This record gives sequence, structure tokens and C-alpha cells, in this order.
Amino acid sequence: MKDHYSLVIVGAGPAGLAAAVNAAHHGLDVALLDEQPAPGGQIYRAIESIPAERSSLLGAEYQRGSELVSVLRDSSIEYYPDTQVWSLNRKLEIGLVCSNTAAMITANQILLANGAMERPLPFPGWTLPGVMNAGAGQILFKAHGIVPADGVVLAGSGPLLLLLAWQYLHAGVKIKAILDLTPVHNHLRALPYLPRALLAGHYLMKGMAYKKELKRAGISTLHNISELRASGREQLESISFRQNGRQHVLETELLLTHFGVIPHTQLSRAAGCRHDWDSSQQCWRPQLDEWGNSSIDGILIAGDGGGIGGARTAEHAGRLAALEALHQLAKIDQRQRDRLGRKDRKWMREDLHVRPFLEAFFHIPGKLLRVPDDGTIVCRCEEVTAGEIRMAVANGHSDSNQVKFQTRCGMGPCQGRQCADVVENIIAATGGDSIARGGHYRGRPPVTPLTLGQLASLYPEEKE
Amino acid sequence: MKPDVLIIGGGLMGFSVALQLVKRGTRCKVLDKDSAGRHASGVNAGGLRQLNRHPAEIPISVAAADMWHNIESLVDSDCDTRFPGQIRVAENAEDMQLLEERAAMVRGLGFEHEEIIDRDELYRLVPALAPHCKGALICRNDGYGRPFHALDAFRRKALSLGVEYHASVRADAIEHNGNEWCVSSEKGEFRAPVLVNCAGAWAARVAAALGESVPLKPGAPMLMITERLPRFIEPVIGAASRKLSFKQMQNGTLLIGGAHMAELDFEHQTTDMDWAKLALSARTVMALFPQLENVRIVRTWAGIEAFMPDNLPVIGRSSRSPYAYHAFGFSAHGFQLSPVVGKIISQLILDERTEFPIEPFNIQRFCKR
Repeated sequence: MKDHYSLVIVGAGPAGLAAAVNAAHHGLDVALLDEQPAPGGQIYRAIESIPAERSSLLGAEYQRGSELVSVLRDSSIEYYPDTQVWSLNRKLEIGLVCSNTAAMITANQILLANGAMERPLPFPGWTLPGVMNAGAGQILFKAHGIVPADGVVLAGSGPLLLLLAWQYLHAGVKIKAILDLTPVHNHLRALPYLPRALLAGHYLMKGMAYKKELKRAGISTLHNISELRASGREQLESISFRQNGRQHVLETELLLTHFGVIPHTQLSRAAGCRHDWDSSQQCWRPQLDEWGNSSIDGILIAGDGGGIGGARTAEHAGRLAALEALHQLAKIDQRQRDRLGRKDRKWMREDLHVRPFLEAFFHIPGKLLRVPDDGTIVCRCEEVTAGEIRMAVANGHSDSNQVKFQTRCGMGPCQGRQCADVVENIIAATGGDSIARGGHYRGRPPVTPLTLGQLASLYPEEKE
Repeated sequence: MKPDVLIIGGGLMGFSVALQLVKRGTRCKVLDKDSAGRHASGVNAGGLRQLNRHPAEIPISVAAADMWHNIESLVDSDCDTRFPGQIRVAENAEDMQLLEERAAMVRGLGFEHEEIIDRDELYRLVPALAPHCKGALICRNDGYGRPFHALDAFRRKALSLGVEYHASVRADAIEHNGNEWCVSSEKGEFRAPVLVNCAGAWAARVAAALGESVPLKPGAPMLMITERLPRFIEPVIGAASRKLSFKQMQNGTLLIGGAHMAELDFEHQTTDMDWAKLALSARTVMALFPQLENVRIVRTWAGIEAFMPDNLPVIGRSSRSPYAYHAFGFSAHGFQLSPVVGKIISQLILDERTEFPIEPFNIQRFCKR
């Protein structure tokens, strides 16, 4: 690895791959860093090594990834798998660990394409072994062909739940129930966005087809579910929930939940990029212009890390950000950039038509976000409960950083990426600052843990 | 109701002063431009150290240690304090000689808290230490606390006794109209006959409003903390000829400091870590505890503190303005002194004298003659 590149791209999912290929095509020296052992990101996980049979179970949308990855393999891009980025600053210095050695490299332009994560949403019992994210279940299937052996309950809200149910159905997994926590009144909320969504109607058609097929296979989806609770002594034994005023209990050793996805903003925050609260997507997202420029010169962001748009939009955004990097580096002029980006801008606009509808349809009710139960753990690393957070607010700590100082929530190895948004929601609902005013945990590097030995290997020439 | 004393700065010093005053029936109002303990007070290393203090600080540090050992009687909380001792290790004969000279100097001043220990005693107290060390200087009743918890305890006790606190109040102008001080801010005017400057890294601005120019330099010493480990060390470890402060906290994490500075953007109150210096700290830790090579660092940070050129604080009356007092410039070792500073300032205000020797901390040492 060199210690300087014209363009460094972080993340080898659809945005990063499309950007890298586009930039290298114009003769730029590009380093593509990715924490996974193989390219594809979460969406196209294991795309190069997956057996054909499993690949076909995952559907055409998944197979789209092989095209992107094969172009990377045919290119001159320096691609570094198994590489963690633990630091980024406004001077465009990137701290990374590759093969257990830490390094600090620089770039003229940096493109963050580090995608999304599942929205953490604590409910009673969510930390029990046997309760997992649906996305994690899907990754196990993609990467290793692992599926639940003794049946599964799927619960939550969002398109991934439906997709995973359909994939499991075809893989022969016993689906005990699908619990839809989307409130019924979301249908009304989404209605005004339906005409525009029909412009990207293939997404809606696909969803309807999945639903129909599941129904035909006799898998019941229970709608308008609330008060989800997981119970068990050492691990999950049963779940309970309420539907139309009645309480139900279901025995299961595995529950996969999903409440939508939110951008990975750790690196953009570490660098000091400005972020806004998006009340439609119910998450923080970095401020970006239409080419992916963040509030810091030289840092571009594309794909779900810049706001949730899905895999196709990420590809377009990645190519556009690469054009912008080329423009910034004076490899192409503005007119060339605009001309070369015209199609991607058009396609991206079309692809995004469905988003406002989906965001309204799968809007997470405030009641769920604010965690009803004082005993529920919010920060898994430090085992801080919702009740302790409310107590800190009652004692005059009115924003998430003060609550963090007081309770240690967000001080564990995950750096608060699991609990930050939930803590902000609880504070806002308990009479503290609103989310937009109270702000987010201030970043404390490293973004991912780094060993003392790795840190000690940096800057060997530095003396006391 | 109008207060008797306005305190600028809602950090540990500000609340310590307020607490001592309110206990003697004085009405106080504490103003902070951010939130309580937002900077140095909330995020320092939490060391309760008499060991290796500047001779001028020894008397007040010893008095502060007594207060920390009984801190619950003052603030109804133990502030998560522990007193397993602080140790300064000698890695070679030269180090050992330096430490012995230091111990003799402290004894010569009439204090007994610093003591030399030999190699055997050192390894009995710290079996995990790399084998090359020769001995150490120790203060057995030193220890550490959790800064934000201490700040919160001081704040809550002060408020429970009637101190008023206003967050997000930035003093735009500070004037004396002949009878009283008037602090103007976006949130209105605050008036009182007496003013105390506990504004930490921002104290030079307050001092300037009192007609005093001080060579205060804001700085941001870096700290890092690791994942939790099984307990393997009790005392706080420093080294005679290296920059290091190393301790295992109550929850098993290791807190590592070395007085290396982050890059500070004072206007925006932001810091950037200096990874070259943190790498140096990591090498220092590995020289003394090589078994920690694979321990993960989970966070680093740097709080903004006030540094004076002689690394001694300013504590005492204003030299230019009436009924104004200073307590700032603790140069990254103020946490331990905070309880006694409250006592000193409250005595100066209410008794016009203090039992503690504070002449070395007079602001006039910076005034041009």
C-alpha cells in the first residue's frame, strides 16, 4: 500500500465498486478499502464464492452484484480487503489496520461508501441469545448457507423482512409467523406518495408478488402487532405480543427482527462532516450536495451511508461521486462531469421515486422508538437501561453527551453506534432536548477498536 | 432573588466554590457557557495525586487529600473514589537517584506522604510490571475518582442547598458599576456584588474584563481507554523519566494518559488526536506492561484545559478589580485540588483571609512591573 492516493474509497459495496471502476477508467490511482474479506458489501455478500443454487434462491437483484465485482477484478484498482478504517479527519488522513498493522495514509479525495446498518430498536428481551437482526440472518445465509433449522419468527417493519421471508420460504425454512409491527394507519400516511411511487412500480410489484407467494404457501402474516416481548431464562424460549387488543404467546427459539436501515455515519462524524436529522427516514444523515460532496472539502459520500436509497441508487451515486472527484482533481472539466453524469442522475431520480412512499409506509411509530419499559437495556456494551437514561435526564442531564458521561451509555467498544439514536429518542421523549437540538454523541476515535500493539507500530520515528 | 456571588464557570471549581459558600449561607449563582463539566472537569483522568506536586502546591494538595478521603460527608457521594496509592517507577539507577532526591526534598519541607520503596516492595504492589524496574516513589493514600460523577455530586449537592445554576449562558460583557458586577449575556443580565472567575480554559477572557492580562494557554491533553480487562493492577502508575499516567479503572478498563496534547481548535472547541504522540504513549505502556499488546483501545479524547507558563494555578483576589476572585489555570492537575479551592475562595470572600498558603498562586506574578 502506498502512503498517498488521488482517491481512496472506503467500502466495496455497490457505491464503492461503481465509483472505483469509474475513477480508474479515467486513469486515477485509486485505493479501495473494505473490511470484508471479499467485495460486494452486505447486499452482494459472498457474491464471488456463492454456490449457484444458493445464488438463484437469493434472486436476480442479488446476482446483479457479480457484474460489478467482475469489473473490479479486471481493473487496475488497488483493492484491500480485511482492512479496517479507524480514523478520518478533515486533513484527509486515514488511519487503517491491514494485516494487523496500523498505517496512516492520505488522499486528495476520499469517498465514503460504507453503507447502512440495521436500525437498533430495543424491546424487552432483545438482548437474549436467540434474538437477532434479520439482516444478520440474511448474511449467514448468503455467506455460509446457514438457515434456521428449527423454524423462525420474523418480526418488525420494512421491506427486508418480506424479502428474507421469501428467501427462507424457497430455502425450505419453517416460518412460524411473520409479525408486522407497522401500524395500520401508516397506509394512510403513505397514500399521498403512492402516485409517485408507481413511477418505480417494479419495486411495489415485487413486494406484492412476494406477499402473494408467502400467502399461497400458508405462511401467516399478523398485522398491527404491538408490545413485542422476548422471554426466556438463558436464551429465547417464547415471544409475546398484542394484536387488536388481545395478548398472544408463541414458542420459538429464534426471533429475527428488522426495523429498517440507517446510514453508517461513524466515519463522516469522525471527520467532522455536518449531519442533519431526517424525520422521514428517522435517522441522521450527512449534508450532501447532488454530487456527493459533504460539508468538508475533499470528502465525498455515496450510497446508503449518505441516506437510505437502496443498492441501485448507491451505484448511480457512486459513479457520480467518482465524476466529482475527477472534476475536483482536474481530470475532467465541469461540462464533462455534467455530460458523463447525465444518465446516472436521471436513473437515480427514477429509482428514488419509491422512497417517500416506503418511508411513510414503514415509518416506525414513536412509541416503539422510545422504549416503553424502564428495565430494557439500551446500551448493550455497558448494559445501561432505558430507566437509567430517564433518571439521568430527570437529574438535569438534557442531551445525549451529558447522559453518556453520567451513565456510560455509548462508552463501550461499539462506540455508541447501537444506542446513540435510541438514547436521543428517549431523552427527547423524557423532556430533554429534541433530537435535532440535543445532537449526537461526540465521536471519540478510533472508530473501530485498535490494539495497543497496532497503535505502537505507528510513526516509529517519533521520540519523546 | 439577587445572589451575593456570581460564579463564572460550571465546572468542578465553580461548583466547589458555590458549595462552600452556600454552606455558610451565601447565595450563589453559577453561569456556564455550555453544560456543567463539559470540558476539563468532566473528562480529565480523575487522578487524586499528591505525589510529585510542585512544592508550592503540596500544602493545599495534602489538605485536599483529607477532604477527598471524607468526600461523602461533603457531597453525599463517594464520587467513585479509590485510594490504592500512586506510584512513580524508576527504570534505571539515574531515575532512582532523582526519586530519592525528590523524597528528601519533600521530607525537608515537613511532609511525610511521599516515600521511596525498593524493588521487592514495588513488585509486591505491582506484580504485573515489566521486570527491569529498580524501585519507586509512592504516595500510599493517593488514588483516583470518576470526574463526571464527582462533578455531578458537587453540582447536585450545591443545587440542593439552594445554589442557582444557568447552563448555556455565555458572558458577553462583565462590568462593575461601582456597587456590583453585571454579567450580560444573550439570556439576560446577571448581577451580584461579588464575582468569581472559574472559567477554566476561557478564564483569560474573564480576567481581561477585570483588567488583568494573563498568559493562559488553552491545551487539550489526550487520554485513551481500553476495553475491560480482569483486574491485574491496583495503584496508579507513572514513570520517573517518561510521560505516563496509567490506571485500571473501577470497571476494568485501562485509562492511559501521557500529557501529550491534541491539536486544538479553540474557537470551535474541537480537537484532533495526534496519533504520533498516542503511538508514543502506546510504546511507553508496552515498555512497562508488554503483556498488553493485544488489548484493544476503544476511545481517545482530549478535554480543553487552562495551562499557565509555570504550570501553577491562579488562586486568589483580583489585583485590579474589587470583590473579584480567580480560581483557574490548573494546568491539567486541578481535579484533586478542587475541594480545597472551594474552601480557599469562600474563606477569602467571607473572612477576607484564608488558612492556606496561596501566595505562590497570586495573579500578580504575571503582571508586568
